[in-house]
Amino acid sequence: MIIDNSEVILSVRDLTAEIDGNQILKGLTLEIKAGEIHAIMGPNGSGKSTFSKILAGHPAYTVTGGEVIFKGKNLLELEPEERAREGVFLAFQYPVEIPGVSNTDFLRASCNARRKHHGLPELDAFDFEDLIQEKLQIVQMDPSFLSRSVNQGFSGGEKKRNEILQMAILEPKLGILDETDSGLDIDALKIVANGVNQLSNAENAMLVITHYQRLLNYIVPDFIHVMEGGRILTSGTKELALELEARGYDWVKEELAVGV
Amino acid sequence: MSTTAKNLVNQPYKYGFVTQIESDTIPPGLSEDVVRLIWAKKNEPEFMLDFRLKAYRKWQAMTEPNWAAVKYPPIDYQKIICYSAPKQKKAKLNSLEEVDPTLLETFEKLGIPLSEQKRLSNVAVDAVFDSVSIATTFREKLAKEGVIFCSISEAVHEYPELVQKYLGSVVPTGDNFYAALNSAVFSDGSFVYIPKGVHCPMELSTYFRINNGESGQFERTLIIAEEGSYVSYLEGCTAPMFDTNQLHAAVVELVALDNAEIKYSTVQNWYAGDEKGKGGIYNFVTKRGLCQGVNSKISWTQVETGSAITWKYPSCVLIGDNSVGEFYSVALTNNAQQADTGTKMIHIGKNTRSTIISKGISAGRSENSYRGLVKIGPNAEGARNYSQCDSMLIGDNARANTFPYIQVQNPNGKVEHEASTSKIGEDQLFYLAQRGISAEDAVSMMISGFCKDVFSQLPMEFAVEADRLLSLKLEGSVG
Ligand SMILES: Nc1ncnc2c1ncn2[C@@H]1O[C@H](COP(=O)(O)OP(=O)(O)OP(=O)(O)O)[C@@H](O)[C@H]1O
Ligand SMILES: [Mg+2]
Repeated sequence: MIIDNSEVILSVRDLTAEIDGNQILKGLTLEIKAGEIHAIMGPNGSGKSTFSKILAGHPAYTVTGGEVIFKGKNLLELEPEERAREGVFLAFQYPVEIPGVSNTDFLRASCNARRKHHGLPELDAFDFEDLIQEKLQIVQMDPSFLSRSVNQGFSGGEKKRNEILQMAILEPKLGILDETDSGLDIDALKIVANGVNQLSNAENAMLVITHYQRLLNYIVPDFIHVMEGGRILTSGTKELALELEARGYDWVKEELAVGV
Repeated sequence: MSTTAKNLVNQPYKYGFVTQIESDTIPPGLSEDVVRLIWAKKNEPEFMLDFRLKAYRKWQAMTEPNWAAVKYPPIDYQKIICYSAPKQKKAKLNSLEEVDPTLLETFEKLGIPLSEQKRLSNVAVDAVFDSVSIATTFREKLAKEGVIFCSISEAVHEYPELVQKYLGSVVPTGDNFYAALNSAVFSDGSFVYIPKGVHCPMELSTYFRINNGESGQFERTLIIAEEGSYVSYLEGCTAPMFDTNQLHAAVVELVALDNAEIKYSTVQNWYAGDEKGKGGIYNFVTKRGLCQGVNSKISWTQVETGSAITWKYPSCVLIGDNSVGEFYSVALTNNAQQADTGTKMIHIGKNTRSTIISKGISAGRSENSYRGLVKIGPNAEGARNYSQCDSMLIGDNARANTFPYIQVQNPNGKVEHEASTSKIGEDQLFYLAQRGISAEDAVSMMISGFCKDVFSQLPMEFAVEADRLLSLKLEGSVG
């Protein structure tokens, strides 16, 4: 929801970045305020995942220019784990498997790392159990997943649900969902979207990366940005998604080329 | 690479100090005269001279094994000091109060307090400094149960029949190059005897400390568990940091009679050398257990984190019907460390069973090899083995190898072998960092998870210690 004069959560200006000497982001500008849901769409390889990983602080990318301000702080100066504790959450397009570490232990360590950072007491195993049972409802996940190793042997859809479970526990300020809808069946899509909606409130913001208008029927964005070649080509409201769905991306490029 | 990971500096080896103490040291080199000199210094009975000389002559005819996947420059055995003992005021100490305070302080600094008040309440300790045993705690309490726990030097004098009967019965003097060397010149070590039907009331442990930069450490441990008895034994070890390499060639022999059980755990943290591979201990060790009696059981649990080179294969010879052998191992190598370690399970009796769980972790440019033999003899009707060998690589320059050797001579024997290799990569560290978990915590979580099946075999206090030790050893290895 768009709220007048609400806090700016994320402000990105002229961001350029490269990996292994290849420039991927070429001057990206974007502002997200509390309460808002933004969607980024754009063709394969346009730099969407790159942008999300740079926000999270992935060490493989080098920022070569521009700035990223998160809740008034220079985000680029923070280590990845500090960004996370400050409230940046990235639901990965491809969540990795971590053999040998149980999902519960991982979730608790993660939850407590954030609590500690904010001066809150850490949760013991019992308190955490209560918390997690409540959060499991949000994504309608079976408790048996908790005792398994993180993402190990999870199906594609289960991994994505596990990402949203983590988001539910960490209650981020900025939730970035990188193609969380891909690999989900229809029912799971509704559950996940419903979960995201429950977690979205006037104090936080969501940045949803997707290829499909379908997701946006459930998570209704306030703004849609079209990304192409490492920058935001155009922005609009939710109707833009319908237009993209119907006409593809070339149409946007052509319109911009003729200067409309 | 993330700066956090990079900034995690390698934790300095905190046991690297040298104790300044006057010692009684013999000149370097090895000859029949040296063997006789050691024998004389220790004032041993005649049978020990035979034992030592026989071993020495066998050793002379042997060559160093070269089949292990480890590389090091040739060792000049004539430069090694075979005997070095801290000078004590009295030849025979009657109580702990007579031990040189410098030595007590050394062990205290290592976290092994020997004084009455500070000891771990349920662990009896034999402390070995360079070539000799300094003190053994809780002796009276153990003696009440008939348990003998003393240095092997004392055992040679006080229980010569037991020593003569069992010494070399599991690892014969000519078993291999290092075992022969040890048999010729060994200076001290621990001796344990658990009488029939006794469940040893506390953990027994030996702490080995090498202090002298030129001396080799050749210690010998002998544990005998009589019918129906049980003992859990733990050894730990550290050494100062020197630029040179020190040789540690120990022999451990275990004998379990009918229905007896021996649990032998090791947390090995010898100095590993610096990041470039300079210095560190050569840990060339022969450990073997004989499940002689029916239903007997021997478990080896080892956490190997130190040493420049480790060459070690704790083994079980399963003679008694229904006897059980177990090997649980975590071997961690970092920087330039090399480890070639594993086990041998020799099934001779009927329905003998063995389990091998090996976890190798390699970081830096280290090389970590598992080498294991499972042999099912012709009469081992119904024998079974299960082996699982997992390797974890940290970074791109470490190497892991697995060399399983399987020989089945009985058609009813069953051998199962599973192996896996995984990697702690940048993507996993980033994933955990994105959830607020620091690189240090991430690595220790992943390592604890990986080692869980082995750590759960260690006595409680030591499992925690082992977990912490691995995390320390790996600091700075990610990134
Ligand atoms: N190490 C690298 N070296 C060179 N180019 C790279 C490297 N890593 C990623 N890229 C390129 O960066 C571009 C952006 O990739 P990114 O994953 O951000 O795209 P995306 O918009 O998320 O695509 P998709 O919709 O397929 O998920 C791609 O062209 C990709 O090939
Ligand atoms: Mg992508």
